[in-house]
Amino acid sequence: MTDAAVNDVSVDTRKSGRFLYGASVVFLCAWVIVPIYFLLINTLSSPETVNSFPKPFIPEFDFGSLQFFAGFSGMLTALKNSVIVALLTMIMSIIIGAPAGYALSRFDFPGKGLFRMLILLTRAFPLPLLALPLAVMFIQTGLDDTAFGLALVHTTLAIPFAVLITFSLFSGIPIELEEAAWTLGCTRLTAFTKVVLPLILPGITASAIFAFVISWNEVFAAAVLTIENRTLTAFLLQNLDTSPLHLKFAGGFILVVPALIFIFAVRKYLFAMWGIANR
Amino acid sequence: MAEIQIKNIAKSFGAFQALNDINLTIADQEFMVLLGASGCGKSTLLRIIAGLEVASSGEVWIGGKRIDHLSPKDRGIAMVFQNYAVFPHLTVFENIGFGLRMKKLPNDEVTRRVERVAGLMHIEMLLKRYSGELSGGQRQRVAVARALAMEPDVILMDEPLSNLDALLRMEMRAELKGVLAESKTTAIYVTHDQVEAMSMADRISVMHQGDIVQAASPIEVYRDPAAKFVASFIGNPPMNFLPAKPAGPSKWQVAGQTFDGPNTDKAVLQFAIRPEDMQPAEQGLVATAKIVEPLGAHLLVTCQIGDALFRVILDSDAVVKPGQSLTLAPQPDRVRWFDPDTTLAVA
Amino acid sequence: MNARILPYVLILPVTLFLCLFFIYPFVLVSQQAFQAADGGWSMENFQEVVEYWKFPISMKNTLLLAAIVVPVQLALALLMATMVSKMKKGRDMVLYIWTIPLGISDLAAGIIWLAIFEQSGFLNSMLHGIGVVDKPVNFLTYQNPWIVFLAIALAEIWRATAIMLVILVAGIGLIPKEYYEAADVFGASKWKQFTRITFPLLRPSLQTALVLRVILAFEIFAVVAALGGTLFPVLMGQTYSYQFDLLNSGAAAAMALIILGISIGFTLIILRILRVPKGASI
Repeated sequence: MTDAAVNDVSVDTRKSGRFLYGASVVFLCAWVIVPIYFLLINTLSSPETVNSFPKPFIPEFDFGSLQFFAGFSGMLTALKNSVIVALLTMIMSIIIGAPAGYALSRFDFPGKGLFRMLILLTRAFPLPLLALPLAVMFIQTGLDDTAFGLALVHTTLAIPFAVLITFSLFSGIPIELEEAAWTLGCTRLTAFTKVVLPLILPGITASAIFAFVISWNEVFAAAVLTIENRTLTAFLLQNLDTSPLHLKFAGGFILVVPALIFIFAVRKYLFAMWGIANR
Repeated sequence: MAEIQIKNIAKSFGAFQALNDINLTIADQEFMVLLGASGCGKSTLLRIIAGLEVASSGEVWIGGKRIDHLSPKDRGIAMVFQNYAVFPHLTVFENIGFGLRMKKLPNDEVTRRVERVAGLMHIEMLLKRYSGELSGGQRQRVAVARALAMEPDVILMDEPLSNLDALLRMEMRAELKGVLAESKTTAIYVTHDQVEAMSMADRISVMHQGDIVQAASPIEVYRDPAAKFVASFIGNPPMNFLPAKPAGPSKWQVAGQTFDGPNTDKAVLQFAIRPEDMQPAEQGLVATAKIVEPLGAHLLVTCQIGDALFRVILDSDAVVKPGQSLTLAPQPDRVRWFDPDTTLAVA
Repeated sequence: MNARILPYVLILPVTLFLCLFFIYPFVLVSQQAFQAADGGWSMENFQEVVEYWKFPISMKNTLLLAAIVVPVQLALALLMATMVSKMKKGRDMVLYIWTIPLGISDLAAGIIWLAIFEQSGFLNSMLHGIGVVDKPVNFLTYQNPWIVFLAIALAEIWRATAIMLVILVAGIGLIPKEYYEAADVFGASKWKQFTRITFPLLRPSLQTALVLRVILAFEIFAVVAALGGTLFPVLMGQTYSYQFDLLNSGAAAAMALIILGISIGFTLIILRILRVPKGASI
């Protein structure tokens, strides 16, 4: 065989390889997007269309389903509850988690390994199960069926992430910046507020949004711990058997929207967070 | 007046003893360089003076006031860091003015001082920029300006030039020396670069394994090393050593030659001479040339005397070939002697 | 403040919080599980849940789902991660799309796949469109247990591959490019580079990804509730129904401990198989 023939063959295989690669990327993108698109069609169709057959493959931009969703008794309250619980979770997990992340990144102290273990253990644990005993404890303390009570459980879910993410954020700020601030007349606190905080604020926001979504998406603990004040997930779960299709789909779509925004908002941090967090 | 006194400072990290009982006095307006290899404790000592590290024991005094219990902000010091530590979220102006703002100085005073030191460091045109838009050398200037703006009693510098490239380092070295002399502050400068130390220091403290081995003027450290460590650390290439045996009172025999030396009853000493303090002559140490390196300004010849390797610096016109035999005469007043047991110099 | 005390002050809130809402309830749930009706210690609760006719089937379903879903996700995530690591143009866009499911809850994912598999759903519409069926088929019934299983598995794979992808992409990002350049110089093929460099160096990330995924796989609940309802009992669903439909919290606690036990067991196995020799990490 001549050199030219060899080259031809390798060019051919390379071309088909590149085509296969491109096709796979497109296919995998479609695999993620198409199901969401189907949900979008259902959401933007009238209830009649949703229950009819065969389905159209383009949305008719009818807001009947969404109106039905908004008008369904208890749904808007559930939506409101979801937002309140998620906001509380977001605030608590950052306020409680960030100091620990700072301590892990800046200090070596006896017991650090043990503390890290505790955090990692929490992450590798089916936490929603712990909602069962907490249900009893909450009844005793009057926290049962409250947004705050549920937010406490969701904060437990979000805290290991908050600690590890803030740990990686703080580790990304050279300690010299803080030391420089100390020598320039700052206390530990003012050095933190004037130098560290402005630098990690975007990252803190990202991890706060992450906490929000963890709470927003949680189903089991929400279903166990709320009765009257259902969150959206708990409400949808409870009514899965009885509610009409168009209600499920509209509800599902409302659940998905924050996810789309969330992933877009934190996409810069997603990998940095995990790169260090899995050490 | 800002004389610095370091009294019996020791520091251990767990089982590791980083500093053993350091005592050092630095005069007002003196430029003191702490010189040593990495891990010798020089940065730890600087950080203890700055208050970024707490000593295990001992005291630090600045200007007659004991300050080792104060936080960094109350010590009257300013510091320049190896990686510059220029705040990325602030403009150059706000970086330089950061400490002044913390002191709550009035706006016009801040502007006046920032502009003065920016002029001094030739960065007036960068005041509106952020650190991301600056080169390494420019960041270094900002870091120094920020320290100077504080008008501190003492300025501490931790390897401030080591992240710059060679040419820039040489330029900044001279500039920094000038600016600091003018500012009349006491300065402590940590480096592992002996050229930097020699060129800038009023006095050099050579550190080794948590001790100060010698604290003296650059020329003294070079000419009269107090210990074998200093002799072999300073100078490039370092001093040559050969074993010496007694050959009568104040006479020592080195590689078959007899030299005048110290009058001690030691059974063995080490003869030491700098590579540039030897000349080819009719009479002297007989050496065999091994490697010949023409370096432009001079000729570096590595040769062998007995079992020992021996380096000489000759005039660049000298013609030496590997394998050739050389007879080298040491300049008598430059010969030094060390005790191999204590490693200290013997007069 | 004293630098010796400060770190402890900083970790105090988290520690207290986790003690109160993680360790304490864990102790409570264990107590409850081992408590008999008369208040004494016993295995009664465990006996009750294990002997219930739905237990073996829900155990089988949960394990089977994990056994199918997790390896597929791992393979898919590895494939996507290597594809993305070679990508130059459009990398951010592709990564954004691939990670969207990361933010989608299991309930929402179940509902999304319900839109495809339900009787008047998109799968039927497509099959109808190409003439395979005349009438919509009801896939999600007890007559088609394998289609129910398939729908649940697909929804899980669709939803939770992203979390593995993110961990693996981050892990691959930590591997220095020089290793691949060196391998190229020594003539290693792309496949060899993957098996000899990427895979071993990715072990810590694989550990994290697998542990996290396997634990979540045993917790599967809402996807099943949305797609299979009671057709496909799983452990977590049983726990839920003990608590709410049967109002038997002792049994629910016993179920919770069983799920915990399985999760911890598998975590240990994964950590053991993928352990990284000391000093061999990047």
